[in-house]
Amino acid sequence: MNKHLKMDRPATERFLDETAQNVLGTPMDRPDGPAKAAGQATYAHEWQIEGLCHGVLVRATIPAGRVARIDADAVTGRDGVLRVISDPRMLRVPAQGGANEAPDQGPDEVAYLGQPIALVVAETFEAARDGALALPVEYDPADFTVDPDAVEPEVPKKKQASQGDLEAAMREAAHSVDVTYTTPGHNSAAMEPHAAIAVWNGDDLLLRGSYQMLKYNRNELADAVGIDPAHVRILSPYVGGGFGSKLGITHEAVAAALASKELGRPVSVTLSRQQVFETTMRRSETRQRFRLACDAEGRMTAVGHEVLVSQLPGQQFSEPVTQATPFAYAGPNRVIGHRIARVNRTCAGSVRAPGEAVGITAMENAMDELAEAAGIDPVQFRILNIPEKDPTSGKPFSSHTLERALREGAERFGWSERRAPGQRREGDWLIGMGMASAIRVNILAEAKARVTLEPDGRVLVETDMTDIGTGTYSILTQVASETLGVSTDRVRVRLGDTDLPPGPGSGGSWGAASSGSAVYLAARAVRDRIAEAMGADEVTLKDGHAIAGNRRVDLAGLFDGPVTAEGHVEPGKTMKETRQSSFGAYFCEVAVNAVTGETRVRRMHGTFAAGRILNAKTASSQCLGGMTFGIGMALTEELLHDPRDGHIVNRDLAEYHLPVNADVPQIDVVLLEERDDYASPIQAKGIGELGICGAAGAVTNAIYNACGVRVRDYPATLDKVLAVLPD
Amino acid sequence: MKRFDYARAADVAEALREGQGDGAAFIAGGTNLLDLMKLRVLTPDRLVDINRLALGGIERDGDGLRIGALVTNSDLAADETVRRDYPVLSRALLAGASGQLRNKATTGGNLLQRTRCYYFYDIAMPCNKRDPGSGCQARGGVTRLHAILGGSDKCIATHPSDMAVAMLALKAEVEVEGTDGARRRVPLDDFYVPPGDTPQVETVLGAGELITAVILPLPAGDRQIYAKVRDRASYAFALVSCAAVIGMDGDRIGHAALAFGGIAPRPWRNAEVDGLLTGQAPSDDLFRRAADLLLADAKGHGGNDFKIPLARRVLIDTLRKATRGDAA
Repeated sequence: MNKHLKMDRPATERFLDETAQNVLGTPMDRPDGPAKAAGQATYAHEWQIEGLCHGVLVRATIPAGRVARIDADAVTGRDGVLRVISDPRMLRVPAQGGANEAPDQGPDEVAYLGQPIALVVAETFEAARDGALALPVEYDPADFTVDPDAVEPEVPKKKQASQGDLEAAMREAAHSVDVTYTTPGHNSAAMEPHAAIAVWNGDDLLLRGSYQMLKYNRNELADAVGIDPAHVRILSPYVGGGFGSKLGITHEAVAAALASKELGRPVSVTLSRQQVFETTMRRSETRQRFRLACDAEGRMTAVGHEVLVSQLPGQQFSEPVTQATPFAYAGPNRVIGHRIARVNRTCAGSVRAPGEAVGITAMENAMDELAEAAGIDPVQFRILNIPEKDPTSGKPFSSHTLERALREGAERFGWSERRAPGQRREGDWLIGMGMASAIRVNILAEAKARVTLEPDGRVLVETDMTDIGTGTYSILTQVASETLGVSTDRVRVRLGDTDLPPGPGSGGSWGAASSGSAVYLAARAVRDRIAEAMGADEVTLKDGHAIAGNRRVDLAGLFDGPVTAEGHVEPGKTMKETRQSSFGAYFCEVAVNAVTGETRVRRMHGTFAAGRILNAKTASSQCLGGMTFGIGMALTEELLHDPRDGHIVNRDLAEYHLPVNADVPQIDVVLLEERDDYASPIQAKGIGELGICGAAGAVTNAIYNACGVRVRDYPATLDKVLAVLPD
Repeated sequence: MKRFDYARAADVAEALREGQGDGAAFIAGGTNLLDLMKLRVLTPDRLVDINRLALGGIERDGDGLRIGALVTNSDLAADETVRRDYPVLSRALLAGASGQLRNKATTGGNLLQRTRCYYFYDIAMPCNKRDPGSGCQARGGVTRLHAILGGSDKCIATHPSDMAVAMLALKAEVEVEGTDGARRRVPLDDFYVPPGDTPQVETVLGAGELITAVILPLPAGDRQIYAKVRDRASYAFALVSCAAVIGMDGDRIGHAALAFGGIAPRPWRNAEVDGLLTGQAPSDDLFRRAADLLLADAKGHGGNDFKIPLARRVLIDTLRKATRGDAA
């Protein structure tokens, strides 16, 4: 007895507001937390397997050309080097999120410096690493280009849009800004590097890996290796962060599978930190021109957002910078432009909220500039320009919480204390406040999950969904616990196994609402069976008991055998007919050193709404993490490409500057109560990426307020501030 | 990593014996050497572990202080005498690395740490320091970390130490023992050699010589400041740092010793700048002239051009604070 729901109608029933367990939404601790803290949660690379050998990928040292010769004999046999493998099925680039098929293969064709071209397998990791670094390779170099500003960009027709007359609106406006912002490339830099261990059993491949979207990853891996997906099983029960970089399979999965087959032994391949930077997805740098205009009262009349991003030749994905631009703010005259420069740099793909992370951030800077030009408080200016419906498509919003977030956030932060730029100084430090809106599109994705009520009253939840540190184990436990009225310690969640019912994976912030809905539907089906067994139309389920009429029955022993149901949710008309987005507001106080130009964030506040919150702690942590990324994006993070060959020079955590503890002050997160009936059967929306979408803009707007310096080239490192500071 | 022999020396004599030969390297904390070996930047045939040598301890040396080569950065920073009489050193140490690294990193090793130049770290790139004669890829590349003073056509890498900058301002001497068992003292100012045509040679240490101690004289100034400017609040190398040891003689500067990090292939000092300041009444005009003198030969390489105005601002600000008595 399964339950399938296509979201063709709003879920106005709000069943989970009527249930009795009262655990959903609470800040429950992670059930997987103790094992992780104690080192008992085994991550992909950590499995000890009899006969395991180790592979290390070899890196191309030219930006473009062909591998002419690999001198495998030079390293084979040395210190236990078993083999040098260069197979045309090995990947040139990782799979993009949701690709569902192999990405570009054939490592002999070099498309960027750092591309894997071979795998050295040895008895020990150290021997494999040294062999990979020592392997002599000859190339036939080819012409290449690495500077996005030096090539004639592609202008994909489908990605251009306009309505009204932007140019006229700019001319006639009372106030306007025409400003260009640039953001640098970013790497996900997950704590756990990409890792895989492959074991073959006859024709069956078992891969323990670290991936975000197993349903797709299985097909991608099978396609790359050239076998039927039915022969591939991937296990990713624990993933040490993904942030987009593990959406699709990466080099190590295919290399491990091929090497294991060839050697007849289990093979482990882990990317080094340097390889993570060079060969997993980078977020493209962006150049964003904004033309924004408003009338004398501050009502916006024009929104122009034209961007340039870069990508390898032939790749479909390009950073969707303008994803939220069509609906972010009002204004009848609009232009969206999207150009792609084809360059020989590491493949561009999804990194931490592709699109809005950089698009809304720069938009919020431009909005700050227009608010100032119009002489209107930045919070008021945004409120004034919140559209009643999607100004591009005309669709109604499923819900819109930006005004509430702005007002409540401003109040909590003490926004009214903000002064004119450059008015507040404490010793060497210039103090300023800034704000920005948070906007991230919402997506419901198809998801399945299985829920089993065991005869002893325990509950088992199963899906191939992943927990990439986000809290999936927590929220699915809570959804099942709430729907079935059993305490959370009686619920067990199994994740990250392609043998389990397929979910959409972790990406695009859709995981919680989508897989949460699938678990909810499955649990509702089990609930129906309980009601049936109780002979009642309706039951109350609480603390492991079913209550109907004046009967209270222990769920343990209610059935002789396990009761299993599958839940299946699909997006439907509500997604097409409404514009769905999560919203929030950031407020930030910074100190800018008047001598050195260094910026330190002193405090930061975020108020967010994302429909029903499933776990207040994990949801807050997502936002905290997003805002921390925002601090990094604002102040330090930047992929530095060599101007001559395009390679990433700061390819470790010493020189790629993520914020460290000392960079991150007290961050305060408030989650607003909301239900979005159009978003999902459980009224939840995506929250995973919301906290980064605009966050850096609040920091740089605060820098402007502190010292009057408008840094339009991210990150706002001290040299850019210094250039404009007085002596 | 490449296979290597490992020998654990019991005393200095044994270490010096074991450390002979081109492919040998001493290892103490290993916080830099092991990273470089994993990346195949350094490929010693033989590691001589000196951790058991009796080179720990911080003791009085006449009016000054003798710091054993194996004293860890953590212990040195926390030492009561250092904190009281040489606060610039304690501050510089705490401005560097992380707690875990400082617990392992030693005084001798810190002096000898290698540059963080991106191209030195990447064995696919030419680098005269790593592979003499192969070329310098930093020139024309990403130069945010690189030198504005003291570089050469062959190398513009910077020395990353904070500790050594403070020690230079404190007029430290390095005690070195050679294979003949003789000990000599080298002023830290003479310890580092300019890159010139041989950037692989960074110090006057001869083959197989071992640092045994650093000697600090009684500080000649009680106003001590370590200013470090970097890209994030912690765990980043200096873009510009300035160690100042200033002594006031009434209204005039009686003693001035300044040293700089992040701007040169070695901890940088310009004796003329110290000379210009000494005996003068503090003024912004004087400080500006000091900055002019310090930076007269400064040359940016694009990505590090900002270090010239930054060093100027930091120098002037540090002198203002030191002569005002803001020094901690």
